[in-house]
Amino acid sequence: MAETLFHKVWNAHAVRKLPSGQTQLFVGLHLIHEVTTPQAFDMLRQHGWRVAFPERTFATIDHIVPTRAQRRPFLDVMAEEMASSLERNCRDFGIPLWTPDHDNQGIVHVIGPELGLTQPGMTIACGDSHTSTHGALGAIAFGIGTSQVRDVLASQCLALDPLKVRRIEVHGSLRPGVYAKDVILTVIRRLGVQGGVGFAYEYGGPTIDAMSLDERMTICNMSIEGGARVGYVNPDETTFAFLRGRPFAPQGEAFDRAVAWWRRIASDPNATYDDRVTFDASAIEPTVTWGINPGQSVGVSEAIAADPQDEAFAFMGFRPGARVTGTKIDVAFIGSCTNGRLSDLEEAARIVKGHRVAPHVKALVVPGSKAVSRAAEARGLHQVFIDAGFEWRGAGCSMCLGMNPDKLEGRQICASSSNRNFKGRQGSPTGRTLLMSPAMVAAAAIAGEVVDVRTILDEVHA
Amino acid sequence: MSHQPSAISHVGGRGLPVRGNDIDTDRIMPARFLVSVSFEGLEQHVFEDDRKADRSHPFDDPRYRGASILVVNGNFGCGSSREHAPQGLARFGIRAIVGESFSEIFQGNAAMMGMPCFAADRESIDRLQTLVEQNPETTIAADVQSGAITAGTLRFNATLPPALRDGFVSGQWNPTAMLLDRFDDVRAVAARLPYIRGF
Ligand code: SF4
Repeated sequence: MAETLFHKVWNAHAVRKLPSGQTQLFVGLHLIHEVTTPQAFDMLRQHGWRVAFPERTFATIDHIVPTRAQRRPFLDVMAEEMASSLERNCRDFGIPLWTPDHDNQGIVHVIGPELGLTQPGMTIACGDSHTSTHGALGAIAFGIGTSQVRDVLASQCLALDPLKVRRIEVHGSLRPGVYAKDVILTVIRRLGVQGGVGFAYEYGGPTIDAMSLDERMTICNMSIEGGARVGYVNPDETTFAFLRGRPFAPQGEAFDRAVAWWRRIASDPNATYDDRVTFDASAIEPTVTWGINPGQSVGVSEAIAADPQDEAFAFMGFRPGARVTGTKIDVAFIGSCTNGRLSDLEEAARIVKGHRVAPHVKALVVPGSKAVSRAAEARGLHQVFIDAGFEWRGAGCSMCLGMNPDKLEGRQICASSSNRNFKGRQGSPTGRTLLMSPAMVAAAAIAGEVVDVRTILDEVHA
Repeated sequence: MSHQPSAISHVGGRGLPVRGNDIDTDRIMPARFLVSVSFEGLEQHVFEDDRKADRSHPFDDPRYRGASILVVNGNFGCGSSREHAPQGLARFGIRAIVGESFSEIFQGNAAMMGMPCFAADRESIDRLQTLVEQNPETTIAADVQSGAITAGTLRFNATLPPALRDGFVSGQWNPTAMLLDRFDDVRAVAARLPYIRGF
């Protein structure tokens, strides 16, 4: 029978039907970080449980790390306590941990794929809603809460109901200056921030097929912003080429056998879906959020059209009918698990090169991982950014959320390549976030206001 | 949290209406309060930034003091998977939530601490919110099995995902013990997976 990847992976990992009617699902890879695990380890200790599969569990520290001075102990005593608590927990339970002094450290959703830990056909869980990122490699990856982290630590399993699958098909080619970020913002805008509740999103079609893994990760990353807990792309040659040679990927002949299995696990061509939607990539333009949820976005040439009573207008200071272009920014942030990978930094650097950050803008580039940082430095990208007036920081979540020293102040407006524009998300209760592609953030940093990146790209080409 | 949970068949108490769609977990529990290794004290920070911005926020309204049933609108708890959000609400004294809809992760997290999130249609929720706003003393009663919600003369039906509902009613809303029950089966599944066998 023709099946989707979701169902094949689900069935391969189903342990049994629980009395509750839910499925007990085996988790092939458990990624953990400092924020959502301390209480889970406490619960484990209270019950005298061990970690069932420490060899399938990997830890990093990302949310709380300062990006300026990463030396221990961290200045923030609470952050230091969280870091040392994770160190103790990983030591006690035999889990490998990559702290900021280790070459493998980075944002959990950046390092999983980069190290080859994330592989097609796996079930993956992490106490973090952007775990959907790993679906870019053809894994079924769930964001979970702390009690579920406890469950996975103790049993390597989750109790779950299956999801429906919606095929999101993207056709046509992206125009210059339009990126994966614009695609996913457009998808969320059209399907709504809760349109994906109860669904796994399968992204496909020629536009997605033509994308790199970095781009697919940007798309899958934001599935949760559309309400979908899981998002994935079927594994293909691009996926296999990406994985070959990565430290935790199968090596030698095992890799070829793995590829054979990965091919079989992909959705069958005539699989049936619970829903299908189609997007035309050529109709998408650079997109920016104007509101307080990721569905509230507009193309750069459009006027903001929404219910004038929407609280987003008062909070953000936009008026109905206004455009986002021309909005003065205070901060520009390039980074996060959505857009903190090498190709994101390359594209941003291409735009920045030869320009200066506007004098009133504080601009920072935060690589998603130590490996991204090393690769960018090897290519001299850091120098391009520094020469232009950006700060070049150490790897971490940084200004994506207010859990470390990188925070907005007061009502500052930030052009951000991250994923959430919720009130207060970037650390100031009244701070304002405009989500956009890293290229658009770079353009805004230079112009000092939101601009259509294509105006700068034209210069680059000229 | 206890691991021999008891059955939850009814929840009753006064209501606390918080209006608005898409209220995310960053608003329920701002990230800076996650810099801690325990959930203790989170009740002090529920909706902290919203409450600072709006002094008449329902969580500060003396008329709702002691209320235990939160009444919300659509997509409540969207965004971050932080369990700190339902933990803060539970520690504040919230025992159940009635709303138009919930994010899946939030609803699952809340269930793990024995807090049912009932979903009902917009009109019923609006009427319940209005009723509570006009008569904060009204007691709301929620029946977990049937989903019947009653408050004064208002009566409507709400739903819970069946597995969560059955878990509350049978007292098995915390699945760890169940998941550990047949660990040999877990090992067997692991042993069959190509990526664990080494392909
Ligand atoms: S970069 Fe942002 S969204 Fe990604 S894991 Fe870190 S805090 Fe979460």
